[in-house]
Amino acid sequence: MSELLGIILAGVLTHNILLTGFLGMCSFIAISRDLRASLGLGLAVTFVATFTAGLNALIYNYFLAPGAMVWLLGDSARSIDLSFVSLIVFIAVIAGFVQVVEMVIQRWFPLLHGVLGIFLPLITVNCAILGVSLFMVIKGLTPFRATVYGFASGAGWALAIILMAAMRRRLDTSAMPRAFAGVPVTLLLTGLLAAAFSAFAGMEF
Amino acid sequence: MSRLRDAFLDGLWRENPVFWQVLGICSALAVTTRVENALYMGAAVTVVAMGSNMMVSLLRRFIPRDVRLMVEMVIIAGFVALFDLYLKAFSYPMSQQLGPYVGLIVTNCIILGRTEAFALKNGVMESVADGLGNGLGYSAVLVVIAVIREVGGSGTFLGHQVLPAGAQPMRVLVAAPGAFIIMSLLAWAFQYMKEGRRV
Repeated sequence: MSELLGIILAGVLTHNILLTGFLGMCSFIAISRDLRASLGLGLAVTFVATFTAGLNALIYNYFLAPGAMVWLLGDSARSIDLSFVSLIVFIAVIAGFVQVVEMVIQRWFPLLHGVLGIFLPLITVNCAILGVSLFMVIKGLTPFRATVYGFASGAGWALAIILMAAMRRRLDTSAMPRAFAGVPVTLLLTGLLAAAFSAFAGMEF
Repeated sequence: MSRLRDAFLDGLWRENPVFWQVLGICSALAVTTRVENALYMGAAVTVVAMGSNMMVSLLRRFIPRDVRLMVEMVIIAGFVALFDLYLKAFSYPMSQQLGPYVGLIVTNCIILGRTEAFALKNGVMESVADGLGNGLGYSAVLVVIAVIREVGGSGTFLGHQVLPAGAQPMRVLVAAPGAFIIMSLLAWAFQYMKEGRRV
């Protein structure tokens, strides 16, 4: 139990995927202009990261990892190593999952589709989602832990974009050089936010 | 010939993807702690951009419109996987250094953006030139950031000590906040140039 808590706290605070891993910056900068949209995108990223991390971990651990297919083909499969296709499989799973989710919520959950609908196509090319799956392989997580890790990373990303959107509201009324407005000031604030978050780094779980 | 040159120069400078369009900055921040990493990453993106632009341009009459994003993603992922295997085989330490960021080239918006905006509508040679220009433009920005961060943050250049031994390097430049702040200052300089002297 405490180990799972550790994964969650690391994903949200100490190893925040945006502030320490620099992932998902493109949509972070573009969308954090708008607080409501940031909430929607944060939710969508958390949702997709949770499920794609779990799915990809299942596929990796039972099919792609070196010797993973022993359960299916017996001892002769011990030398089969399909990990070189994992990148292509992961991106296909993510794109496919996003497509399916979009169809399902459009059909059965119109309210949710109203909130998340326009963000889902953006998610396929959000590198935070693919990053979660790739880091999960490096960390060697089981499917259950990978799901928790995906949730924590998504939640950390959502926390960062919501904080940034809240800060950018103040910027609208602040005076600053024209050339500094927009992207540069957002990056500078992200730097300060990253510095603030690095204060969590000493915590051990 | 001039069309090839235009396609190349647009990517390299006149429409440099990182600065004019703020695309692909995840890896621009993540791998620029050392100049060597930046050179490898730039090479990776250039090769993948050229290769996938070429493939998409060759196949542009056969790709159905509705699934073109999927097709482009798979082509890009194929080239990235090739480069990843090449790194693992011939320079394993660098492959360890860059870690998952090589794989993340798949979601680098520059490459998908170029296949979508350029290769789908243009001939093969122009598309390759466009990929080369954009890739080199991206590499140039990466190297500039990496030089600032490595020299300032570790006192070295390509691993060789350049600051005098007594000088204290600014460690923050190598850490995450330093990356964001350097990028912010560069983006500021670029927006200033873009707006001319109207500021």
